Amino acid sequence: MAVVLPCVRGAIIPQSFQSQTLSQPLSSLSATRRGLPKEKMSENGVLSRAKVLTIDTMNPTVKKVEYAVRGPIVLRAVELERELSEGMKKPFSEVIKANIGDAHAMGQQPITFFRQVLALCSYPELLNDSTFPEDAKSRARRILQSCGGNSMGSYTASQGIDSVRQDVARYIERRDGGVPCDPDDIYLTTGASDGIVTMLKLLVCGEGATRTGVMISIPQYPLYSAALAELGAVQINYYLNEEKCWSMDISELQRALDEARRHCNPRALCVINPGNPTGQVQSRQCIEDVIRFAANERLLLMADEVYQDNVYAEGCQFHSFKKVLFEMGPEYSDTVELVSFHSTSKCYMGECGFRGGYMEIINMDDEVKAQLTKLVSVRLCPPVPGQALMDLVVNPPQPGEPSHDNFIKERTATLSALAEKAKLTEQVLNTIQGISCNPVQGAMYSFPRITIPEKAIQEAMDKGQEPDMFYCMKMLEETGICLVPGSGFGQTDGTYHFRMTILPPTDKLTILLNKVKEFHQKFTQQYS
Amino acid sequence: VTESNGVPCRGKVLTLDNMNPNVRRVEYAVRGAIVQRAGQIEKELKEGVKKPFTEVIKANIGDAHAMGQKPISFLRQVLALCSYPELLEDNKFPEDAKHRARRILEACGGHSIGAYSASQGIECVRQDVARYIEKRDGGIPSNPDNIYLSTGASDAIVTMLKLLVCGEGRDRTGVMISIPQYPLYSAALADLGAVQISYYLDEDKCWSLDVAELKRAVDAARQHCNPRVLCIINPGNPTGQVQSRQCIEDVIRFAKEEHLFLMADEVYQDNVYAEGCKFHSFKKVLFEMGPAYSSTVEMASFHSTSKCYMGECGFRGGYMEVINMDPEVKAQLTKLVSVRLCPPVPGQALLDLVVNPPQPDEPSYNTFMKERTAVLAALAEKARLTEQIFNEVPGVTCNPVQGAMYTFPRIALPQKAIDKAKEEGQVPDMFYCMRLLEEEGICLVPGSGFGQREGTFHFRMTILPPTEKLKIVLQKISDFHVRFTQEFS
Repeated sequence: MAVVLPCVRGAIIPQSFQSQTLSQPLSSLSATRRGLPKEKMSENGVLSRAKVLTIDTMNPTVKKVEYAVRGPIVLRAVELERELSEGMKKPFSEVIKANIGDAHAMGQQPITFFRQVLALCSYPELLNDSTFPEDAKSRARRILQSCGGNSMGSYTASQGIDSVRQDVARYIERRDGGVPCDPDDIYLTTGASDGIVTMLKLLVCGEGATRTGVMISIPQYPLYSAALAELGAVQINYYLNEEKCWSMDISELQRALDEARRHCNPRALCVINPGNPTGQVQSRQCIEDVIRFAANERLLLMADEVYQDNVYAEGCQFHSFKKVLFEMGPEYSDTVELVSFHSTSKCYMGECGFRGGYMEIINMDDEVKAQLTKLVSVRLCPPVPGQALMDLVVNPPQPGEPSHDNFIKERTATLSALAEKAKLTEQVLNTIQGISCNPVQGAMYSFPRITIPEKAIQEAMDKGQEPDMFYCMKMLEETGICLVPGSGFGQTDGTYHFRMTILPPTDKLTILLNKVKEFHQKFTQQYS
Repeated sequence: VTESNGVPCRGKVLTLDNMNPNVRRVEYAVRGAIVQRAGQIEKELKEGVKKPFTEVIKANIGDAHAMGQKPISFLRQVLALCSYPELLEDNKFPEDAKHRARRILEACGGHSIGAYSASQGIECVRQDVARYIEKRDGGIPSNPDNIYLSTGASDAIVTMLKLLVCGEGRDRTGVMISIPQYPLYSAALADLGAVQISYYLDEDKCWSLDVAELKRAVDAARQHCNPRVLCIINPGNPTGQVQSRQCIEDVIRFAKEEHLFLMADEVYQDNVYAEGCKFHSFKKVLFEMGPAYSSTVEMASFHSTSKCYMGECGFRGGYMEVINMDPEVKAQLTKLVSVRLCPPVPGQALLDLVVNPPQPDEPSYNTFMKERTAVLAALAEKARLTEQIFNEVPGVTCNPVQGAMYTFPRIALPQKAIDKAKEEGQVPDMFYCMRLLEEEGICLVPGSGFGQREGTFHFRMTILPPTEKLKIVLQKISDFHVRFTQEFS
């Protein structure tokens, strides 16, 4: 039996613990001792203590983190897959994961040249193998020579392999019509996500009304909201204009900023272009206006450009923030602090699993840059296979090289298939009454607006679910199609959306779109 | 703020004064000031600047391949097959390598290592990891659902610390870590704004852990923070000590009594050299202590593909096993790791091979065993050699390198040198190491980067260079130490 003793901790202390707890004068025990958990009596009369790490004693900001792209609906999708594989009968024979921008998972093929070089780097004995083209071998040798001990298994410099950063800088210069790029401003990262989180971490400081605020679009890719929640920064939402194809509006940026200044210290503006989930490709004028806004309002600009090769719509073109910045002249190009992000996960490569990426830092304070360099050193280096892959992306086969024709063929096929699917998606979704879909100008997703009947909204609320989550869950259970509800990305109050990737192969996508159509019609009828 | 031409210009948005203050407190000596200087010197050498040496030897970091260690053939064959599956038709590759590759590819989306994997890691890899742990620990069950693959062990360590840190002021989470320690821990704690609670390893007893010292540290800490975690690195970094089974039991008992979450960093588990020393996993000992402990003590164990006999640092492969974690917290952990999508798939594939290597009846077995044995035997030899040579230098005392990849000898520094260092605004062992770098081109990390008892000085050197080169390095350091001592006598 427990002996109840008075104790600063307020816990019931059994006899056996007495010697440890009372060996010091009570006055020397800090108030934090009250943090020690109370003992609990279980059903069989055995005393047990609460765990050290519980939902109440864990990091509170982590609890606030949400990431819808792999959230509850995906957990349910995985459960369904398990049930299917165990032979359970469902109204569908497979779960289609149209929730995540993972091209290879949906059947897209890797670029042959890249995989050849990676194989050569992994197992250099293959350099003697005549089945590999000379240009692949030459790239592999160059990469290996810049690795410690000529092995991909060595740590690299924390900022990334020097020669890769040089190649990245040259790529940027070519892309931006000659605007100079310093390799020392390039940081290779573990996917773009890594670079984005690192930058946000650097920025966040202050308390209460001086706490750092970061502007991000609604809708947004929920890495941003998750990172801001974890860092305890203030998320400042600016709404994209759905009526105008999700374009950015400076007056809306101004509204959001002015309102935010009352309760936090806005310091950064994040733009995703081409957009995720919306797919909009911002016009050059818009990008200029955003840069001017950032300069006037003293905001650090973060330009997430991971979809820069994914541009489909006629009249749309990718304009890098860096290029536009420099074309605006030294008043801007010498002063505006800009960080641009790119990745190996999207575009025509789709190499998500390699976690390759980089960021380019423009006009960063030297002392802060030294802090950044120090910070990334703690995690040693980004994965070397991803660095090697990035090198190939920025330094692909050139005309005259043996692999060039095949490379262009594969790249073109992938990008034109995506363009075709973007068009198809917009087209089919717009034939559905109650669904309206903006043109998928770029990226890999459609983010159509859906009308949900009042009865369904009510039922959702009764269940404690967001209406579009309720809708998507129903779709999942009835068709096996896994999408992400718009509430996971943010949307104007009272509107509902879902995000669906355009990645499945065209014939499968056609079937998918028709199933979505059928479902929407059925759902609307059911709840009318 | 004005520019030189008198035109006013505004300061930057992001400056030292308005950046995240925690990040400013972060230090990571393994790639700190001395390594930056080493990089500069390498550049100067390349540009033809004359130096008293022809190359810089980077004995600062546990990077085996950079020091000439060869990768394990089998591992790289499978990785090549996974990268470029056309090679599955190539008869140069052994069947067991192809078999492993097919299995990994089948577990990947679209049969490609370019697909994102599940955020917790590829399921069949986690199953293989669980089986490895069971085999290693004499049959103690491991649930694959308790395995989280990670981007190196560092990733998982930081994730766990992040989960654990909360509270304000005197309630702020305190985390116990050894002095000396691997400075990922101090860096992560600074970044998270947690309280670092230092417990001293006993240099006179071969860097062993002393529960009385743990108790002293935790009791003192309770005055100003809320101690919740105990981190232990075994085999140790930088010290190389391999804790005895009794010690591990005592630590577990201590953690239970003091209600601490145990974090066991076991990335060097195959790197054990000294006679009489053996790796005992915390999990195994925990379960052998019976259900009073095995069903209550909360623990996370960490492993990596960067060390042991593989040395595949660049792949950033790793895992953690969580034991007795609260289910609600585990759901939060799963949610947290999902934000970064997944660990690098090549690293996951590599880890699969590490936990599922060629078996005696398979074609690659003999070569695999030969390569593995050669690497570990070379390390053991170099560990012994290092201890021997350093102990012959007056003013240098070196504990046996029982395991891991480093030596952490104590160096006696003359008072004049200490004074000179202070004049130059440098910590004395940094002053010493910088001199060594400039005079011999050998890059070590000063003991101050890892922590040490006040008034003592050390350096950490890896035992990784090839034996012949290591002998030369050891000789040069010995000669330097004698010279340095003379100069400042």
